Amino acid sequence: MSLGLYVHRASPVHATPAGAKMLGLLGAAIALLLFSSPPVLATALATTLGLYALARLGPRELAFVLPLSAWVLLPLFLLQGVLSGWDTATRAVLRLAVLVLLAMLVSLTTRASDQLDTLQRALRPLARFGVSPARLGLLLALTLRFIPLVATWVHEVREAQRARGLEHHPLAVLVPLLVKTLRTADALAEAIDARGFDAEEPP
Amino acid sequence: MKTRDLVHVALFAALVAALGLLPPLALPVIPVPITAQTLGVMLAGSTLGARKAGLSLLLFHLLVAAGLPLLSGGHGGLAVYPGPTGGFFVGFIPAAFVIGWLTERAWHRLSVPLAFAINVLGGIGVIYAVGIPWLAASAGLPLPKAAWGSLLFLPGDCVKAAFAASTAVTLKRAWPLIQPRRAAEPPAPRP
Repeated sequence: MSLGLYVHRASPVHATPAGAKMLGLLGAAIALLLFSSPPVLATALATTLGLYALARLGPRELAFVLPLSAWVLLPLFLLQGVLSGWDTATRAVLRLAVLVLLAMLVSLTTRASDQLDTLQRALRPLARFGVSPARLGLLLALTLRFIPLVATWVHEVREAQRARGLEHHPLAVLVPLLVKTLRTADALAEAIDARGFDAEEPP
Repeated sequence: MKTRDLVHVALFAALVAALGLLPPLALPVIPVPITAQTLGVMLAGSTLGARKAGLSLLLFHLLVAAGLPLLSGGHGGLAVYPGPTGGFFVGFIPAAFVIGWLTERAWHRLSVPLAFAINVLGGIGVIYAVGIPWLAASAGLPLPKAAWGSLLFLPGDCVKAAFAASTAVTLKRAWPLIQPRRAAEPPAPRP
């Protein structure tokens, strides 16, 4: 299973540091929320598509965004057109489309690990409130490891209950799944402690 | 926070993610399919308590923001947040915290109806309270119209709250984790 949306290309957009891209996205989101006149939106859309060209990403990479547009933006456009006029509808949906495209550009051109590193660095000032970088790192690593594992357990428990004819009984699936999760947590915590990890480290 | 608590936080973040990868549970009785992700939020809250559940969902959001497609339907990345449904996802964090907080307070007299009320308040009330204004602002919709549109999800969410409540009460007997805030009091008289 490959997690993450990153698509590798050699381009200046890919080379821009993750932090700069994420801050730029935040800035663009705020700016578009404040000013959304048609000329601004048109310029923003053109700039965004230009950035896609600069990053050498084509329609094929964008195919991932299409379901979102089809399922969310289209009904929204129709609903809003009927409720509050087609002019407002076009403006609102265009603004959303620009923002979603920009955010998707950040995800497509930045490795998840780089974004996580940036977020960890941004959260470093939280150390004085007891969020230590080492613990955050352990949490992120554990979670990434656990996602496929828990997905396997869900499958196993459902198979086991199917054999008993209980697969449509959600409680028969959820309770064993949670007990299995919690039991593993205990064993794992003991193993981590046995290797000398100090969870209570001072900030 | 002990190592065991850290592992709980990580495991429940993974559980919410894994439930998003699942195909929706089809139920024989109700036509609305149950996507399991908000169920994960409710389970985290009523299993872990306020602090750990809130942290767990925060961690889940860090991974989504970093570009992992962990939200149901394979969505992820920063594109989720400016989108119209972004507020519903952000609402996961306070929802898990509120469910946890209320469950801790009600721990000694936790029954299925009470747990159901807690999960409705946190898993529906809080998530909608964040999601609906976000939807209205992001899509330029008037607030009442955004609220009416969200009612479509209410039946499925109520079913999830019911499952989460029964699971929480069963788990309280099988594997209690929450430390009650107050000293143990005599069990409430049965009605």
